Amino acid sequence: MSRITEAFKNKPIFMPYFPLGYPDLDTSIDVIEALAKNGADLIEVGLSFSDPLADGPVIQHATQIALEQGITVKKSLQAVAELRKRGVDIPLVLMGYYNPMLAYGLEKFVHDAVEAGVDGFIVPDLPMEEAEEFTSALGKLGGRYDGDALSPSYRDHPLIQMLAPTTPPERMEMIARNAKGFIYLVSVTGVTGERKSISEGLGELIARVREHASAPMCVGFGIGTPEQAKEVGKMADGVIVGTACVKAIGGSEQPVEAAKEFARSFREALREAAG
Amino acid sequence: MTLLPTKFGKYGGQFVPETLMPALMELEEAFVSAKADVEFQREFNKLMASFVGRPTPLTYAKRLSEKLGGAQIYLKREDLAHTGAHKINNALGQALLVKRMGKKRVVAETGAGQHGVASATAAALLGLDCVVYMGLVDIARQEPNVFRMKLLGAEVRPVDSGTKTLKDAINEAIRDWVTNVRDTHYLLGSALGPHPYPTMVREFQSVIGREAREQIMMEVGRLPDTVIACVGGGSNAIGVFSGFVDDEQVELIGVEAGGSGIESGKHAARFGDPSRGRVGVIHGTRTYVLQDEDGQIAETHSVSAGLDYAAVGPEHALLRDTERAFYTSATDEEALNAFQTLCHTEGIIPALESSHAVAEVIKRAPRMRKDEIILVNLSGRGDKDLNTVIKEIGV
Repeated sequence: MSRITEAFKNKPIFMPYFPLGYPDLDTSIDVIEALAKNGADLIEVGLSFSDPLADGPVIQHATQIALEQGITVKKSLQAVAELRKRGVDIPLVLMGYYNPMLAYGLEKFVHDAVEAGVDGFIVPDLPMEEAEEFTSALGKLGGRYDGDALSPSYRDHPLIQMLAPTTPPERMEMIARNAKGFIYLVSVTGVTGERKSISEGLGELIARVREHASAPMCVGFGIGTPEQAKEVGKMADGVIVGTACVKAIGGSEQPVEAAKEFARSFREALREAAG
Repeated sequence: MTLLPTKFGKYGGQFVPETLMPALMELEEAFVSAKADVEFQREFNKLMASFVGRPTPLTYAKRLSEKLGGAQIYLKREDLAHTGAHKINNALGQALLVKRMGKKRVVAETGAGQHGVASATAAALLGLDCVVYMGLVDIARQEPNVFRMKLLGAEVRPVDSGTKTLKDAINEAIRDWVTNVRDTHYLLGSALGPHPYPTMVREFQSVIGREAREQIMMEVGRLPDTVIACVGGGSNAIGVFSGFVDDEQVELIGVEAGGSGIESGKHAARFGDPSRGRVGVIHGTRTYVLQDEDGQIAETHSVSAGLDYAAVGPEHALLRDTERAFYTSATDEEALNAFQTLCHTEGIIPALESSHAVAEVIKRAPRMRKDEIILVNLSGRGDKDLNTVIKEIGV
């Protein structure tokens, strides 16, 4: 069983996002380790890009600092390997924009990422229509043909598909049906960042997706507090928290302590959501 | 499934967040149906004539031709279009589509301010709300256009992120669009970005090439030997090229911003710098992009804000690969010299962007025979650049 599948045994799961290299590389590794060991079930590990057009100001700022600190794709993958060496055994999913992956060499990128211990990929500027190049790179990772059209490596290290509130029904059905790993449901139209309240139509949106999806469904964008996480956790299989995580930890004098506290508070809230 | 091809060879595509995909499909549908709709075409053509002042003239540059002593030079006068540049063709076309889609608000990016002014103008004419994103660096160097946009009722939002130029203005416009996509259209100003923009913008700008072809045939009875245009994102170039691309004997030349020189690293020559200009994905499209080894988008430099951009429209990437068009560059200094030359010989103050095309004319014309013809697209007028020019060369 893949790490991702394993992680969804106890739902709803808590998925924080944190960019490697922020506020510096060593601290970011310590922070991610602390998140993993204090309640995160899966971590979205951020790769930085100069032009993060799906991100709000907080993540823009953090990834900008990471770049100024000299983060690269190569160093990011080495950091993932270091996390595995430290005994982090939850799934780690890389979240990053497409161009740095292309510049690294796509096949080499997915190969090196999986070697380093990455379990999946989220690429916000790669919709279904443009995903083939990426999935075929995943397909070349090797693995044996076992009667399933997908090679085991692809199944085990999926490119996560996103769904948005604007996605029309037919398209939603197609994406949901083909989704691997889990579905990333964007809860609001907009960029990443906290919102005052959870969008009203979320329950209905989740119900619509569930009709077609066999993969677990995680909700992200706009969730900022344990209370909101709890509310969403009652409806979804996982809760993704990015901006609030970056803000709480990045703004702290003691980022590792802040990470522990942050993970515990959300973990607790989601335990309550599970009832 | 899209109605039109999304790619130019391997370039182009739709590399955008899922939230925007439905908006791109809706836009493509509106564009395809409008294109087939006689009524829409009639309305567009009417505005082009009665509001923009088309057709723009073709001017024989007699004194410049004599001075250079080679090819005969003709200027396609997009600087005489209303608002002072070719940008209005596309802005009005898209604004009409916005009405058709029933949206009420447009966001736009601008570098030199020409597209921002064109968008603000189209929005005022058609009763739309308009927000223009502009980098702080560009606001400082294109101040007159900032005032014009405000006078036309647009809100100009300064962009303080990244390099504070066109690239960052596009990022912010896209972020606004993602957030307000249900009632907002992104009025993208060049032949770049995700499909259908490169195709749609070319279509609205193809009026330049159609007119120019007809005018040169009327004037001299034959096609030009060479067509020259500056290339930032590449909308004026693709517009004028489209009129001649099927005439294989016509040489097509695009001129990128050479900034302080290719070797200085301070430029915006995506095709001209093979070490940093590599195929990548930015702002929704696959094309040549100036980037570092790690795939971070490079900082660019040009004296002209409108050419100061790290990527180029995907169709230009294909034209370059197939060698249907050739791309070269002009430095800041060459552009400034060309600017003055055109002022003195023809009584025309060109935009600094267009001055890059004129700089190539100055290099090329003396090497050509007197019975050969160069047609250059004078994409805009230079009033907006007076502050920059005064600073650079004094008066």
